[in-house]
Amino acid sequence: MGLLSRKATCNSHGQDSSYFLGWLEYEKNPYHHLHNPNGIIQMGLAENQLSFDLLETWLAKNPEAVGCKRDGQSIFRELALFQDYHGLPAFKKALVDFMAEIRGNKVSFEPNNIVLTAGATSANETLMFCLAEHGDAFLLPTPYYPGFDRDLKWRTGVQIVPIHCTSSNCFRITASAIEEAYQQAQKKNLTVKGILITNPSNPLGTTMTRPELNLLINFITDKQIHLISDEIYSGTVFNSPSFISIMEALKDMNMEKNNRVHIVYSLSKDLGLPGFRVGAIYSNDPTVVSAAVKMSSFGLVSSQTQYLLSVMLSDKKFRNHYIVKNQNRLLKRQRKLVSGLEKSGNRCLESNAGLFCWVDMRHLLSSDTFEAEMELWERIIYDVKLNISPGSSCHCNEPGWFRVCFANMSEDALELAMQRLKSFVGSIKKHNHQESEKLRKESHIGKWIFRLSFQSFNEQDQR
Amino acid sequence: MLSSKASCNSHGEDSSYFLGWQLYDNNPFHGVVNPTGIIQMGLAENQLSFDLVESWLRKNLDAMGLKKDGESVFREALFQDYHGLPAFKKELVEYMAKIRGNKVTFDPNNLVLAAGATSANETLIFCLVDPGQAILLPTPYYPGFNRDLKWRTGVEIVPVHCWSSNGFRITMSALEDAYQSAQTLNLKVKGVLITNPSNRLGTTMTREERSHLITFAIAKNIHIISDEVFAGTVFDSPGFISIMEAAMDRSLENENPGLWNRIHIVYSLSKDLGLPGFRVGMIYSNNETVVSAATRMSSFGLVSSQTQYLLSNMLANKKFTSKYMKENQKRLKRKKEMLVSGLRTSGMECLKSNAGLFCWVDMRHLLSSNTFEAETKLWKTILCEVGLNMTAGESCHCSEPGWLRVCFANKSQATVQIAMRRLRDFAER
Repeated sequence: MGLLSRKATCNSHGQDSSYFLGWLEYEKNPYHHLHNPNGIIQMGLAENQLSFDLLETWLAKNPEAVGCKRDGQSIFRELALFQDYHGLPAFKKALVDFMAEIRGNKVSFEPNNIVLTAGATSANETLMFCLAEHGDAFLLPTPYYPGFDRDLKWRTGVQIVPIHCTSSNCFRITASAIEEAYQQAQKKNLTVKGILITNPSNPLGTTMTRPELNLLINFITDKQIHLISDEIYSGTVFNSPSFISIMEALKDMNMEKNNRVHIVYSLSKDLGLPGFRVGAIYSNDPTVVSAAVKMSSFGLVSSQTQYLLSVMLSDKKFRNHYIVKNQNRLLKRQRKLVSGLEKSGNRCLESNAGLFCWVDMRHLLSSDTFEAEMELWERIIYDVKLNISPGSSCHCNEPGWFRVCFANMSEDALELAMQRLKSFVGSIKKHNHQESEKLRKESHIGKWIFRLSFQSFNEQDQR
Repeated sequence: MLSSKASCNSHGEDSSYFLGWQLYDNNPFHGVVNPTGIIQMGLAENQLSFDLVESWLRKNLDAMGLKKDGESVFREALFQDYHGLPAFKKELVEYMAKIRGNKVTFDPNNLVLAAGATSANETLIFCLVDPGQAILLPTPYYPGFNRDLKWRTGVEIVPVHCWSSNGFRITMSALEDAYQSAQTLNLKVKGVLITNPSNRLGTTMTREERSHLITFAIAKNIHIISDEVFAGTVFDSPGFISIMEAAMDRSLENENPGLWNRIHIVYSLSKDLGLPGFRVGMIYSNNETVVSAATRMSSFGLVSSQTQYLLSNMLANKKFTSKYMKENQKRLKRKKEMLVSGLRTSGMECLKSNAGLFCWVDMRHLLSSNTFEAETKLWKTILCEVGLNMTAGESCHCSEPGWLRVCFANKSQATVQIAMRRLRDFAER
């Protein structure tokens, strides 16, 4: 008999993947503009650090919110005792208003249909527990956020079957890709319980098109399965085309009250508050809401935090101001990254949202293989000293794509990163040229030599 | 359409424990606005010492405002490292040691933060037990365990029956019986979970009980989970002996490293500091693999960095924590004695207790028959006619009918007096 559970001793937390290993390497040698200017620059962390000043300014003008006071009276006692899993009513109201505003007020949300959870991590897992049995499957378009392997599968026993998307059509979801994934699941004897999409997409940084959304809605209706739309990046849409949320798509199809579509949200990306652990599930199905609310006992949001954010998000003027300013800054920063990458000959997938770009580095691969992608990734970590996320860790079907974040560092750090990359690409091109000259002259196959200090991606569950 | 977990009753929320809450919510007592409403005596909350916390807060506005020396540290809002804020963990282990009279010390690296003890308990079960396996629990126990330990984990609970004949103490034979029951049901037992101080009984474990547990856990090669959320509410002798202290007394680290690595503590600030809304729980374990797995799982229930920051500052103030502990225990003792004598006047005796936020009350003499049906009838009468929401023993899996849990730390003196008067009138009838 094992001393510990299988869950505790297996690898399903997925944390041996390169996504997390890159973080570990960064932590051993983190860049600091003064103390460690040659350190690794973190470009693998999708955090929004661009708009803190706006939050800090608001806090300075609203000490009551952070001081647990209301109209001059301390409500500390009330908050300290408040552990009702239905959540602080004022906060839920402010949250749904904020969500509606992000969607241009084209849809509205009911506070009673929202369930608060400790971050989207908790929200996603809770939805799996509510919608699927151990051994059932959810279909996920690739590439997808590596953390899903842990969040959706680890403790729930649910399987993920990928819907393969390719660069040939800018990674858009097609009817045949969904059908194929569904068939794959059937072949493996897996009951498909639903599809989970991330819109705007992590790692692509694109918003879904209306045809894609309609396709998905029709598919789940036909198969009588669920659709979960993880919209945690909905507030980071900084460019056209504008964001079409799943709710809007449903409304336009007269299916607003559809009870098989559920949304996951969080304040970690839009407001840049991942430490506060504020996530939410939104559903029109009262049974899902009821079950999820009870499960939220395992990950409630601190009442101190609920109160602070209820005051902040109820401030309409601040809300509007923040959304607009934040989007402007994201746009500027993304443009800087895109042009910086272009200078080193790297193109990005055209994107209008998110905190990252999806970069085409296929031309830098020594061969069109995932081994070559790993070799390139290692060189970028150890030689160029940039932590970026390889596409294989996001289950991308084609080697050579990388996710590069732009909102979690200073402008100077970003510039330095671009310079480093430019030198690196220059040296590869020079080396490639010399190598092909050598090959031409000597018919000799050169070999790259790389340091390998971790498990190969081949040992992952699946690509 | 939904999972079996979503549609079943394993969350246990149809039990009377929660029903009483619902009725209370519809008609809550208020000294001025609703003096005939239901008085909540089923909620184990500590409201007696808020003034001490509030006074500290008034003098430490920076901590509330995410500031340090006047400068904003709002960037802490970015901190989502599941290893937890180092300063906070350091203060927590020191506070935990202080509560245990500094007879044990804890290593912050062995501490895993969770969103409340609810999350901590579930996470620990996910780490130690596979679906279909079992955990032994002494009765009576906190009704919430049915949800926390079983619901999403698929683990079974097998009760270790304790009886009033010996003050509900855990005996070796009760442990053995439970183990045999599990075998009969083809359930592999992975561990025993105790709550010490006990939630229901308000008692701390005796040396004998601790000895039985350790001997049993060694013999059966199983884990001991000690839920010590009420550790800071021990207001009377005998003092509190944590499982860690017992393990040290038996030199388990050297004599039986196997068991040393199978002992885990769950703690929280909800009861001692009266902060259930802030969702601060934790797991402590000497077992590296458990700490590592639990840390990763804590991603599903991290503590808000805003809260970690505030409380790390509060607990760092040793003068405050000393004063709080002493005063809190004094007030708990006083309130408990008030309840005990009030109940006695109505002809009801309590189990002798030295901890917790409640008393375990003997109402067997008021039962129409020695059955759980009679107990439920009595409980409902007290709820609906007397207007007091107490917790019936059956919902706590007590093996004998007639015992009820009555909380005292969540109301003022005046309210307790009103409750006692109502009970006296009822008893006289």
